[in-house]
Amino acid sequence: MTPDQAETAINEALGQVTPGADVISLPADADLRDTLELDSLDFLRFVEILSERTGERIDEDDYPQLATKASTVKFLTGRSPG
Amino acid sequence: MPVLGADMDEGTVLEWLVKPGDEVHKGDVIAVIDTEKSAIEVESFSAGTIDRLVVGVGETVPVGTVLAAIAEPGRERAAPAPAAARKELTHGQPVKAERPAPPVPAPRPPSPVIRHRAHELGIDLATVHGTGPAGAVTRADVEHVAAARLPAAAAPPTDTGPKPPRSRQKPRPQAGRRRVTPVARRLAAELGVDLAAVTGTGPAGAIREADVRLAGPAGKPTPPTAVAAPAARSAEDRTRSMRQAIARLMARSKREVPHYYVSNTADMTRALSWLHDRNRELDVSQRVVPAALLLKAAALAAWQVPQLNGYWVDDAFRPAEAVHLGVAISIRGGGLLTPAIHDAADLQLGELMARMRDLVTRARSGRLRGSELADATITVTNLGDQGVESVYGVIYPPQVALVGFGRVTERPVAVGGLVGARPVVINTLAADHRATDGYTGARYLTTISDLLQRPEEL
Repeated sequence: MTPDQAETAINEALGQVTPGADVISLPADADLRDTLELDSLDFLRFVEILSERTGERIDEDDYPQLATKASTVKFLTGRSPG
Repeated sequence: MPVLGADMDEGTVLEWLVKPGDEVHKGDVIAVIDTEKSAIEVESFSAGTIDRLVVGVGETVPVGTVLAAIAEPGRERAAPAPAAARKELTHGQPVKAERPAPPVPAPRPPSPVIRHRAHELGIDLATVHGTGPAGAVTRADVEHVAAARLPAAAAPPTDTGPKPPRSRQKPRPQAGRRRVTPVARRLAAELGVDLAAVTGTGPAGAIREADVRLAGPAGKPTPPTAVAAPAARSAEDRTRSMRQAIARLMARSKREVPHYYVSNTADMTRALSWLHDRNRELDVSQRVVPAALLLKAAALAAWQVPQLNGYWVDDAFRPAEAVHLGVAISIRGGGLLTPAIHDAADLQLGELMARMRDLVTRARSGRLRGSELADATITVTNLGDQGVESVYGVIYPPQVALVGFGRVTERPVAVGGLVGARPVVINTLAADHRATDGYTGARYLTTISDLLQRPEEL
């Protein structure tokens, strides 16, 4: 997965969890939970959609790596290079 | 007009979903009622054929008023049903009259496939009547709704997110590239605030909820209270009336109910590690968050300490036959609702988790069922996600107990003379001293802590 593909998937997932939010222009290093005011159920939904979109298995142990957009891109691209 | 919560005096019929001649089953959603707190779907309490609708759309009537007459099954509608055969749909004896009728089992949450299909079709699943087992929404139901509404072309939005309940949706103001938190955006849409005119005070100038409130029409004169049109209250009006409803009930609670409080700290090491192992084997959609585990423990403990599960009515405690666990759900933009998870003590953990997710979604999109709001037997508030360590709640009368969970967090804990860092949670109980004494409250919390040490049994 390329960084662009990863970012698209992230934006789509966030867009679904937080309808109406301007997720595209969210800074890459902004904390997702804080900035978008996600509770634990919202975050679970985000992980769920992201996993569906990318076909990647995302375990609970991976959650810390999904803190920001940048770290999530890194996580997704690092897993299956290319 | 059913009582949809202890704080309700009257309601407005927003919409009839049936007409005379329609056959209804017990548990079918037949009308949408607007209350101070929310638009609520009301289910039929009996089966039969709708004989006549007594209260028209837009009319506001006190609780207990007959809304519709249902001719019981087996009678031809053409033949005028004798009065005796008619079952009037008052179903609204105040909560104190009787234990509420056995609740309709909450429908199973739709499968991912169905949710996906509904999303494609722009259908809000909460509005779909399920015909599957236990009222579950089937794919056919979704397709049926899609087909049925084609001619109406009622602007199916692709946006499945929460909307201002039943109010006419304005086009979302385009805020360009500015960063706006979802809560703020939703609130702005509700209040009709132009985001372009709002000054953001969040990080990088992001617009937050408070900014929108500041720019909102706070000082507007109160609109006339009589609702002439069958429109739901405006979001602003709703926020105010919800506040008033909460104010009345909570003031009554503090005035009438002698609260006592107890707390303890539960070690979550085993529970979290068990949950972690469990979730590792499961698909994301099946995973369970710690909050669900706490809810299950609270429900089971209420089953084991029944003195706290029920109602204080007419100077006596009436135990409930099942545990309907009220869950305090904050509504974005202000206020809260406390719908119940029916028979929570009997549910598998995964099921309870699914119910919780479903309830939160529907509470925030204004699509709760009447039966869910009327019959909680004990209520839980969980402010863990908000970062508080502990919460001492106010009881929802006529219930006699309110359970509070704080954040699961690592603390230094001494075990066997050694101090180590362990995840713990502070559990609290506010209970009605008329119904129980501190001893019972203590037993309840100890039971929760014990249950959390045996998570595999939850």
